[in-house]
Amino acid sequence: MEIPLSYYLCLSVVLFVVGVAGVLTRRNAIVVFMCIELMLNSVNLTLIAFSSFLGSITGQALVFFAMAVAAAEAAVGLAIVIAIYRNKRTVDIDKINILKW
Amino acid sequence: MNPSMRELTAIAPLIVVAGTALVVVLVDALWKTNRNLSPALTLAGLVAAIAFSFPALGDAPATAAFGGMVRTGGFTSFFTLVFCVSGLLSVLLSISSVEEMIPVQGEYYALTLFAVSGMMLMAAAGDLVVFFLGLELMSISFYILAGFARGRMTSNEAALKYFLLGAFATGFLLYGIALVYGTTGSTSLAGFPLRTGGLQQPLLLLAGLALLMIGLMFKVGAVPFHMWVPDVYEGAPTTVSAFMSTGGKAAAFAGFLLIFTPAVLLTQPALRDVLAVVAATSMVAGNIVAVSQSSVKRMLAYSSIAHAGYILSGVVAANPAGSNGVLFYLMTYTMMNAGAFGVISLLEKPDGSMLTFDECAGLSRRSPLVAALTAIFMFSLAGVPPFAGFFGKYYVFAGAVEAHFTWLAIVGVLMSVVSAYYYLRLVVLMYFNDQPAGSPVTGRPLGLAALIIAAVALIGFGVFPSVLLGLTAHCF
Repeated sequence: MEIPLSYYLCLSVVLFVVGVAGVLTRRNAIVVFMCIELMLNSVNLTLIAFSSFLGSITGQALVFFAMAVAAAEAAVGLAIVIAIYRNKRTVDIDKINILKW
Repeated sequence: MNPSMRELTAIAPLIVVAGTALVVVLVDALWKTNRNLSPALTLAGLVAAIAFSFPALGDAPATAAFGGMVRTGGFTSFFTLVFCVSGLLSVLLSISSVEEMIPVQGEYYALTLFAVSGMMLMAAAGDLVVFFLGLELMSISFYILAGFARGRMTSNEAALKYFLLGAFATGFLLYGIALVYGTTGSTSLAGFPLRTGGLQQPLLLLAGLALLMIGLMFKVGAVPFHMWVPDVYEGAPTTVSAFMSTGGKAAAFAGFLLIFTPAVLLTQPALRDVLAVVAATSMVAGNIVAVSQSSVKRMLAYSSIAHAGYILSGVVAANPAGSNGVLFYLMTYTMMNAGAFGVISLLEKPDGSMLTFDECAGLSRRSPLVAALTAIFMFSLAGVPPFAGFFGKYYVFAGAVEAHFTWLAIVGVLMSVVSAYYYLRLVVLMYFNDQPAGSPVTGRPLGLAALIIAAVALIGFGVFPSVLLGLTAHCF
């Protein structure tokens, strides 16, 4: 029995919403970043499901690009977190708040 | 399938900029002793890219290259010009920056070039995949540039906030691309509006377009996705803010024009109304909060939110007048906003403290030239007629009125009046205040040269707007 497309889409929506909720509620910069990665991966699931359902290769190609971009983003993001930690000894985004009006 | 000569010439500016970026990386690694080589190469690369973009400037609409992945033509060339001008101004200002790491580090120039090539890829995109890659190339370079003053806490904080919110926005944008791909069956932008009609799942497409729109709104800094703008522009090194607020914004608006073409907006009236409301809120919120700022840099950051609103009203118009207005506005905005941030970079102190309005008092006595340049940029940002900023506003609002969004134009004009208050407050402080305190701006010949070029261009385009309009006329 084949699993219908809508199942994949619903799963990916749920994962995406979990990611968004994590970004909005978590206070540790690294956990926030992991939630963003979860969002990107839920999109990859959508893309692969559509790609297989439509019989088109574009979606799977885009997934590779998205993964490469996510890896580059991880490298830069963790470097930024390290730079902050060296100066401030914390990665809590509530304590990183010099800039405000 | 080898690329033909025609295709290679068509993307020559992109090849030049990306190639120079790689050369700068190598030069920086191999000749650590020669500090002037990287900036010189960067300037040469950007000037060469401008030269290569001239043949197609003002050309007829786009032709596809590389299997439809990239488009060439007047639109792409015009944006290449905008991005290269933004990069040039920012590099010239950076060479005379007081931020101790920036003038001497080769990576800074390489990252600037990578960001410019990302922007060019966005404006040249014929496919959502290419657009996404260009956007990320630009954004990731920006994250690093925002945190470039590594020892300064405000710069670190700006980089972290920009990174987290930028990556968050990327998630929405990519989800939008996925849904559009799933409903229309392709990621190509060619014939995109045609594919959006008569679908089985119109709601899924609407959701996809809405998510794409959210991602782009984050990138242009429109309300309600503007929270990062003031913090990032204030914390980032000033010359980087000059670059991000002009080139980065222009590239995101290129995305708006490519994806939310008039045909798409007219078939999706709900999205168009949302966009109109977002434009109006951006103008109102940006201008009103800017009034109460004491830091000049933060004031410019809030004013850039307002400008995003003005430019969005040209997108909402969804007619040739509005779209041409957007292009005109972006070119002039690049010059006046890079100029305004440039003035701050000349006036600010090396200790990383924010330049306040009070510190600018009596500037016309200390440095008459810098004061005069500031006055030109401020009048232009406020939209006072002899300067190009006025025509930018005029064209986007004219487009909105033509599209029966008269209320949007009225909000825009009223808010421009509010903006005149804080822009002209700076000019009044500089000219009509007798505080002799502070030292004059000395040295920095390249930074001053960049500001003079921008100011002359603003007056030139203000007196002869048809020069620029001639270039935008055939883009759509």
